[in-house]
Amino acid sequence: MTETEVFIQQVILGLSNGMIIALVALGYTMVYGIVELINFAHGDVFTLGGFLGLTIVGALGAAAIIDPGALGETSNWLLLVGLVIGCGLFCGVLNLSIDTVVYKPLRRAPKLTQLVAAIGVSFILVNVALFWGGVPMDVFSGGAAAAASKDFPEILEGSNLLGEDSNVVLRLEDIAIFAITIPLMIGLTLFVKKTRLGRGMRATAQNPIAARLMGIDTDRVIAATFLIGGFLGGAASVMWSVYNNTISFQMGFRAGMDAFTAAVLGGIGSLPGAMVGGVLIGLIRAMSDQYIETRWTNVVVFSVLVLILVFRPSGLLGLKQREKV
Amino acid sequence: MRSFQSFLRASAAVLAASVSMGALAAESVKIVSSLPRTGSANAQTTSMVNGIKMAIAERGGKIGDIEIVYEDWDDASPQRGNWDPAVEAANADKAIADSSVLAYIGTYNSGASKISMPKLNSAGIVMVSPGNTYPGLTKEGFGEENEPAVYRPSGKINYFRVVPTDDVQGSVAADYAKELGAKKAYVLHDRELYGKGIADVFKKSAAELGIEVVGFDGIDNKASNYKSLVTKMKQAGADVVYYGGTTQTNAGQLAKDIVAGGLKAKLIVPDGCFEEAFIAAAGAKALEGRCYITFGGVEAKALTGKGKDFYEGYKKTYGGEPEGYAVYGYEAANVVLAAMERIHKAGGKLTRESVLAEVGKTKDFTGALGTWSFDANGDTTNRTFSVNTVKDGKFTTVKVVQ
Repeated sequence: MTETEVFIQQVILGLSNGMIIALVALGYTMVYGIVELINFAHGDVFTLGGFLGLTIVGALGAAAIIDPGALGETSNWLLLVGLVIGCGLFCGVLNLSIDTVVYKPLRRAPKLTQLVAAIGVSFILVNVALFWGGVPMDVFSGGAAAAASKDFPEILEGSNLLGEDSNVVLRLEDIAIFAITIPLMIGLTLFVKKTRLGRGMRATAQNPIAARLMGIDTDRVIAATFLIGGFLGGAASVMWSVYNNTISFQMGFRAGMDAFTAAVLGGIGSLPGAMVGGVLIGLIRAMSDQYIETRWTNVVVFSVLVLILVFRPSGLLGLKQREKV
Repeated sequence: MRSFQSFLRASAAVLAASVSMGALAAESVKIVSSLPRTGSANAQTTSMVNGIKMAIAERGGKIGDIEIVYEDWDDASPQRGNWDPAVEAANADKAIADSSVLAYIGTYNSGASKISMPKLNSAGIVMVSPGNTYPGLTKEGFGEENEPAVYRPSGKINYFRVVPTDDVQGSVAADYAKELGAKKAYVLHDRELYGKGIADVFKKSAAELGIEVVGFDGIDNKASNYKSLVTKMKQAGADVVYYGGTTQTNAGQLAKDIVAGGLKAKLIVPDGCFEEAFIAAAGAKALEGRCYITFGGVEAKALTGKGKDFYEGYKKTYGGEPEGYAVYGYEAANVVLAAMERIHKAGGKLTRESVLAEVGKTKDFTGALGTWSFDANGDTTNRTFSVNTVKDGKFTTVKVVQ
């Protein structure tokens, strides 16, 4: 491989990984923007999305999907879109239910109480995933090892689009990430900018009390925020599973940490910030793996975060200083 | 006055209870195991625990008329999904505090033994590991300068293991890489005691065999994927990748990303991946014909003699195939129980000291793993290794090295 090929390859990998992180980061940043809560359970909602995805795939018959020819190209794309929507809705509703049951009664409680509640929910969800992984299904290796990582079948054909002899590998999965993530991000931006509910969100983010005085149903705005954030997390979990071909009950921890870092890097509360932050973290990881050494990658990522926070405490695209928890 | 009487009655009852408990305790001895029960190693542990239970059941749960009480302790925590230093330390303390505990079977992970060894050594409790393969725990010159003396504060040896160590295993792997025709090796490890230790041995042995080591790095064992690293390995022209790690430290994901990233190299991994969970995590497709797993011993169904009896008995009792380490759990328990039997037969008393001394005297022991002894360091003299691959979703042995 020549230096240029290596660089192009790392950019592709960095962008693909980064886009997924960005999608998860949006869930953190939206919720923080509206209710100023760092929803630590978000990463675990994401995990459950992956488990639902694998369950659906298993129920449809893993054998048919492992052999992409059996379903044909188009049905595989349909399945992927179906999974994104299905798991997205599941995670959206789950996120909304968590808010209704746990966070809503605590809305006026001290910030720390809410934070601890979020961590508690996170533990509960991790254990739900652990239990789910033990369900005796073929795709969960018969439930023999609940905690083991599960193999997620290749839904999209895995060959190199640039030809088997090409040194640079570009797979359908990479394309799928762009094809699904970018429209979701554009859709979200338009939604927040153009619709009535979106305007309500921006108003609530600026000042919840004033927004309520102006006749905005802030409860509805908050519910919508959790629903949409969860949906994006669910969509991300499907892309993550399809891209990495593995799910485990702990996947949300690392994904959540990366995404939270991305949200802070971009400026928590800012939507474009989360997108930029996610992609940036993906790229930094790839470049550090290549040009520094894998064992330093986490150090590099967090050093960049620290540096940016020192010089721009509100993040890259963050506008105003908010109360930190 | 009345309250004083009731106080007297109560204390008399407590006294009576403690006397009767003391009488019970005199007739039973306790063996405990400390193995990872939480996380993906649990399937392996269940198998080992079954092996231990089998060894006890074969003796009718008794040494003479002394009852053997066995307790199965977990040294992992949900937060780590893997063995946890804090839990392992607590287990060791618990064993020391309970005077009826005469033997400690464990641990599975070498890093965990680092924590409990010095504690149990000071207390003089014998420790037999069915799974630790890191050489530095018993041998000088393989790990840190102060190893293994640092684990033996009392100066005596209390730690024994029934598995051959990584200094042999790493070189078996390097030999096999040479056999596969490897010219350039990329060596990775999971930054844990066991993984880094065996990767170091592989790197050294490979270099001696004339295989160029083009890279050596510790990976983040919780990363979502290793695609960027695979690109780097591709650029380095690696034709074999060695990963010193376990299923729990993401070996499955690495195997997958090597295939997905188009790196046409063989992958060699150590015994920490010799479990069904590894195939479940990586998917058989990513392993077949390209991944080789070394293991200190042979797979259960290839065992002979007493080992064959164990395999048949295991399947009959538990109705499934034992995992790779089941037989080591069985052997570890057997070594301890055989020592206890010898003491009992000679009319001796079962104490921590007597059991420790007798286990150390194990010589020409005929067990499920063949006939072997403990050497002066507490290591087994058994040197059987196998190289395995995955075929049709199952482990198959491709080579046995004596």
